[in-house]
Amino acid sequence: MDMQFREEDLVFRDEVRQFINDNLPVELREKVQRGLHLGKDDFVFWQKKLNERGWFAPHWPVELGGVAWNSTQHYLFQNEQVEGNCPSVIPFGVRMVAPVIFTFGNDEQKQRFLPDILDSSVWWCQGYSEPGSGSDLASLQTKAVRDGDHYVVNGTKTWTTLAQYADWIFCLVRTSGEGKPQEGISFLLIDMKSPGIEVTPIITIDGSHEVNSVFFTDVRVPAENLIGEENKGWTYAKFLLLFERSNSLTGGLKQQLRRLRGIAEQELAGGEALCKDPGFAAKLADCEVQLRTYDALELRTLGKAEPGAEASYLKILGTDLQQLASELTLRAVAYYGNPFIPDALVHGYNEPFVGPDYAAPAAPQYFNYRKTAIYAGSNEIQRNILSKAVLGM
Amino acid sequence: MDFSLSEEQQMLKDSVQRFVRDEYQLETRRKLVASDTGYSEKNWAKMADLGWLALSLPEDFGGIGGGPVDTMVLMEEFGRGLVVEPYMTSIVIGGGFLMAGGSTAQKTELLPKLGAGELKLAFAYAERQSRFDLTDVEFKAEASGDGYILSGHKGVVFHAASADKIIVSARTSGGSRDRSGITLFLVDNNCAGLSRRDYPTVDGLRASELEMDGVTVGADAVLGQVGGGAALMDEVVGQAIAAICAEAVGCMDVLQETTNEYLKTRVQFGVPLSKFQVLQHRMVDMFMECEQARSMCYMVNLKIAEEDKVEREKAVSAAKVQIGNSGRYVGQQSVQLHGGMGMTDELHVGHYFKRLTMIDTMFGNKDHHLKRYADL
Repeated sequence: MDMQFREEDLVFRDEVRQFINDNLPVELREKVQRGLHLGKDDFVFWQKKLNERGWFAPHWPVELGGVAWNSTQHYLFQNEQVEGNCPSVIPFGVRMVAPVIFTFGNDEQKQRFLPDILDSSVWWCQGYSEPGSGSDLASLQTKAVRDGDHYVVNGTKTWTTLAQYADWIFCLVRTSGEGKPQEGISFLLIDMKSPGIEVTPIITIDGSHEVNSVFFTDVRVPAENLIGEENKGWTYAKFLLLFERSNSLTGGLKQQLRRLRGIAEQELAGGEALCKDPGFAAKLADCEVQLRTYDALELRTLGKAEPGAEASYLKILGTDLQQLASELTLRAVAYYGNPFIPDALVHGYNEPFVGPDYAAPAAPQYFNYRKTAIYAGSNEIQRNILSKAVLGM
Repeated sequence: MDFSLSEEQQMLKDSVQRFVRDEYQLETRRKLVASDTGYSEKNWAKMADLGWLALSLPEDFGGIGGGPVDTMVLMEEFGRGLVVEPYMTSIVIGGGFLMAGGSTAQKTELLPKLGAGELKLAFAYAERQSRFDLTDVEFKAEASGDGYILSGHKGVVFHAASADKIIVSARTSGGSRDRSGITLFLVDNNCAGLSRRDYPTVDGLRASELEMDGVTVGADAVLGQVGGGAALMDEVVGQAIAAICAEAVGCMDVLQETTNEYLKTRVQFGVPLSKFQVLQHRMVDMFMECEQARSMCYMVNLKIAEEDKVEREKAVSAAKVQIGNSGRYVGQQSVQLHGGMGMTDELHVGHYFKRLTMIDTMFGNKDHHLKRYADL
């Protein structure tokens, strides 16, 4: 038993670090570091850089453009990205729909869609949730009715992240009302430029526009865009959810807590740094201990091949900690959590924030991060999964 | 990065599991706890025969030369069995002090006996005013001729009654809370001027209040450097914390497994309790606490030999905090989910709960270690 990274792991880590140093522009790094809003161009720029190096789709099969990394390398790579203040990879294409396409799609679909995902020329979004189908996803009602060589799609998808940028959407649609709800669902790829699609923004409590409603009215979708078999979509959806939940959160948490500590060293309380205040110091230490625990827990799962039950408890514990850290950050900045100046989070805003720079994202992030325990299968749903899968209840 | 056990460690685990299964049924343990000594000399001899007492001791002195992970494997299974023999005080702590600070003469004389089960040690450190601070020491050692005269009180000295020698922290110079000026002494349990009041602890172990009134010892009773006790205690108590984390993990796993079983068999409102979502989620939370505790247990046992002192000490305190939090949650919820049965002395659940609760106070509770972590 040992907890050391091997020599070759460290060489790999340094290689990633060097690549980031050489390729990430200072301006973009600062945007990420300061927690400013990133635009589509920022994400696409970095994804293309990664792809030039062959590192954009490391978990894909090698023949399709992947890299045969072990889980430790994946872990190190993801964490270096965060440590280096790189824009995050938008997962919908490369991490979510692509594995479904290369696992369940036909050759024509692979050739048609995967290259565009690899070079980030096509932006994907995810059409899962509906107004009436959240945790009970299998109850979804968006209908796809076969009409000759096409499906005609009617319904509404919601919470669709960054659909405002998307060229394509992968959707779960109902193709049958027979049998159990899970048995009538199909997995359909839809061009967002199709007539009959309307995207409207949903503004969240932090004031940002991340998510959208997507309305489908008599949208005609070529039948060749169906993945796998009709009415087998639930199987593919569950496969995809495993990928959605198995993202490493350690790097992001480390960065969050490092920022928080930095703030607590600069804020004053009773004439001394806030981090010296016994009450706050205890909360900070508690957070840091939880992070160490989370890291140790994640490292233990590295050797395991498939993301399984571990993905569920890492999701619960990681998002709990993200929320706790964002809450402490808001508390740390005290009154300067109050000013609501959304422009201060946009790069190029020329006026200084009314308080310290680090205070600007504190409240928006606290409110925004409430989502983490809700998305990708709420933490309550994760507990349902664990109680059945691990505890056999 | 490798969290698997070696073949030898797996064999050790199997062997301790067999021992626990054969010797540690709840009724057998109950009799041991109620016996005069509070443990079994027969078990102790068996542990010596199986090589467990010598496991962590150096090969040069008749030991096996095992590392922290070997001790961890052993302690986890002891935790599963709620083993009451004084392994922690005698071998992990006593042996740890001899290895870390003992003179060649002390090692040569004592380590082989310790590993053979012919010698037991205890560690007297707590004082009424010290709380969890190992360096808050009023117990006095005054130089006299070639040796020292020891006077003072030590509280809650685990397994003092069964020990042949007691390691005592005493002040040889400085003020009562100075880090420097603390010296460790090896004192015979039957020496003149030493009196004990022995009692059982709530978790089925034994401890004593220790009074020394002018106990005379020679210079050869000093363990380590004169005035160098604090660093020695940091090192050995760190190892003890790593080991006790493993014991706690064993306790927690038993509680989690048996509570899960119980919910599946106990029927109320016409269905097993395991069908209620509120209880399913509670069980998942218990399960996650167990996994977190285990992760930190591995982490601290793999880092306890780390060179960097701050990093090592942080690992120790972080682990102790996590174990304290997890142990509290798993213990309390196990009683709660067993309902009235969880309150009974008859069921094993309460005994594990009590042990976990007392493990939190050992070498500093979670509040203490959270503060220590923040200050490091």
